[in-house]
Amino acid sequence: MTTARRKPYGVKGAPYGFLLPATILFVLFFALPIGYAIWLSLHKVQVKGLGLGAGARNEVWAGLRNYTDALTDSELVAGALRVAGYGLIVVPVMLGLALVFALMLDAEKVRLAPFTRLAIFLPYAIPGVVAALLWGFLYLPDVSPFYFILGKLGLPQPNLLDGGPLFLALSNIAVWGGTGFNMIVIYTSLQAIPAEVREAAKLDGAGPLQTALRIKIPMVAPSLVLTFFFSIIATLQVFSEPTTLKPLTNSVSTTWSPLMKVYRDAFNTGDIYAAAAEAVIIAVVTLVLSFGFLRAANSRTKQEEAR
Amino acid sequence: MSSLAVRKAAPAAGTTPGTAQGPPLRGRIALVPTLTLLLGALYCLLPVAWVVIAATKSGRELFSTFTFLPGTGFTQNIKDLSAYRDGIYWKWMGNSALYAGLGALLSTAVSAVSGYALAIYRFRGRETIFNVLMAGVLMPPVILAIPQYLLMAKADLTDSYASVLLPLVLSPYGVYLARIYAAAAVPGDVVEAGRMDGAGEWRIFTRVALPMMVPGLVTVFLFQFVAVWNNFLLPYIMLSDDEKFPITLGLFTLLEQGSNTPALYTLVITGALLAIIPLVALFLVIQRFWSLDLLSGAVKS
Repeated sequence: MTTARRKPYGVKGAPYGFLLPATILFVLFFALPIGYAIWLSLHKVQVKGLGLGAGARNEVWAGLRNYTDALTDSELVAGALRVAGYGLIVVPVMLGLALVFALMLDAEKVRLAPFTRLAIFLPYAIPGVVAALLWGFLYLPDVSPFYFILGKLGLPQPNLLDGGPLFLALSNIAVWGGTGFNMIVIYTSLQAIPAEVREAAKLDGAGPLQTALRIKIPMVAPSLVLTFFFSIIATLQVFSEPTTLKPLTNSVSTTWSPLMKVYRDAFNTGDIYAAAAEAVIIAVVTLVLSFGFLRAANSRTKQEEAR
Repeated sequence: MSSLAVRKAAPAAGTTPGTAQGPPLRGRIALVPTLTLLLGALYCLLPVAWVVIAATKSGRELFSTFTFLPGTGFTQNIKDLSAYRDGIYWKWMGNSALYAGLGALLSTAVSAVSGYALAIYRFRGRETIFNVLMAGVLMPPVILAIPQYLLMAKADLTDSYASVLLPLVLSPYGVYLARIYAAAAVPGDVVEAGRMDGAGEWRIFTRVALPMMVPGLVTVFLFQFVAVWNNFLLPYIMLSDDEKFPITLGLFTLLEQGSNTPALYTLVITGALLAIIPLVALFLVIQRFWSLDLLSGAVKS
C-alpha cells in the first residue's frame, strides 16, 4: 500500500499527525481558556442607561484596574494568608511522613511491608470530598470516637472546627490524603539505589540511621524536590476540602481560600472580570513560588556537587 | 523533567531489597520500622474503619452508641439511600463510572499516541511541543475551569456530559508517563524492522508498539481514572442538573442538605462508604499483577 516514494514523507509527517489530537485538545482546553482569562481580567462591563436591550452592556478595556482591586482586597489577602499558614503545616508534615515511611519500607528485615505500604497508599484512592467528609464526621463531637474517649477520661474537648484547631483539622485531611502517593514516589527512587552502594555503606560500618541520613536521603533528593514542587502547587489550590467542611461549621467562610473566593466572585457575585484577575494572580503566584523553589533546589545541588 | 528519567531495575512489588541473600538472623524483625509503618497504616485506615462501622448504624444508634460498635441498620441504610429521590444515588455512581471510565480511556489513547510520537521520532519542535504540553501540569485548574465554563457556555455545552469529559482528556502527566514507557518498551530496531517490511507508521504503532506499551498504559488509565473519579471542581462549576452529577458532587449536595437535618447523616455516611468501595477494590485487585511504583514512572528493565 505504501509506495517507496511516499515512505520518507510518511515518516517525516507521522509524529505531527500523531500529536494532532493532543495539540487540538491543548489549544481548546488549555491555551484558549488561559488567553480568555487574561483577556477578561483586563476588561470590565459598562452598563448604559438601565442596562436593558441589546448593546446596553458593553465590555470595555479596564487596564490593570481588576488587578489593583484584587491585590488590595482584604478578603483575598486574608485568604492567601490562611492558605500560607495551612501550607506551612501541610507540606513539611506530609513530605516528612512520606520520607520516613519510604525509608522504613526500604529498611532491612521490616515486616508486613506490603500490607502497610498498601494501607498508607489507600487514601489516594479516596476522593478529597469524601476524605473531608469522613474526617468532618470524626471532628463532630456528636459522632466522633475522639470526643467519646476524651469525655470518658474527663478531659477538655476542644472544638476542632473553629479558630486555630480548624487549620490543624484541614491540614490533617490533606496530610492523610497525600502522604501515600508521595511515599510511593520516594520509595521508587530509593529502590533505584544500587546494591553496591548499600553494601559499601555496610562494610564501612554505617548503621541504618547513618545510611539513611548520609546516603539514601541525598540520593533521593531529586524525587524530594519533585514532590515538594507538586505539593506546593496542590496546596495553593486547596478548594474541595474546605468547601466540603463548610456545611459542618460556620468558621469556614465562602472566601476561606483564594480559590473559593474566585469561585464565589465568578458564580455567586457574578463578577467574572474580577474573578479572572484573581485567578491569573493565583496562577502567577503558584508558578513563581514553585519555580523559585525548583531554582533554589537546583542551585543548592550544584553547589554541593562543586564542593 | 530529565531528572525523572527512566529508572531501571526497580525490584518487583513487595520484595524488600537487601534481604535477598538470606541474612543469618532470619527471625529478627526490625522493630522500629515495622512499628512506625503499622502506626502509619492505622492512621490511614482509621477513617475508613470508622465509615464501615458507622454505615451499619441506624440514625438513632449513630448518636447514642460508641463509635466503633457495629449497629443494626446497614441493610435499612442501603434501602433508604437507594430510595432517596428515586435512586438518584445510583445514577451518580453510574455517572462517575462513565466520566472516569470513558474519560480515562480517551485520555489513555491520546497519551499513548502522543507519548509514542515523542519517544520514537526525532523531529523539529519535539522538545518544544513536549515542554508546552507539560506546562499544562502547572496550570491551576481554576484558571482553566472558569474560562472553560464561559467558553463552554458560548458553545452551549455547559451542563452536559461533554463539559465534564472533554477538558480532562488531555492529561500532561499521562503524556509524560506514556513517553517514558514508550521509550523503555519499544526498541527502535523493531520500528525500523516494521518499516523494512513496508508497514505504514500508523500500522507499526497499532500492531507492534501498542501491545508493547500495554503495561505502562494500564498505569496511565488508572492514574487518569482516579483523577477523574476524584475530581470535584470541574463538575461543580460545569453542572447544575443533578441527574448528571458524579458521585463526589452528589455526596457534597447530600451533605449540604444533611447538615440541617441530622436524619440525612446516615444517608451521607452510607453513601460515602459505597463511594469509596469501587476504587479501593480496584486497587486491591490490580496490585496483584501491577506495581504501585509504576505510578511514579518507574520502568522495569
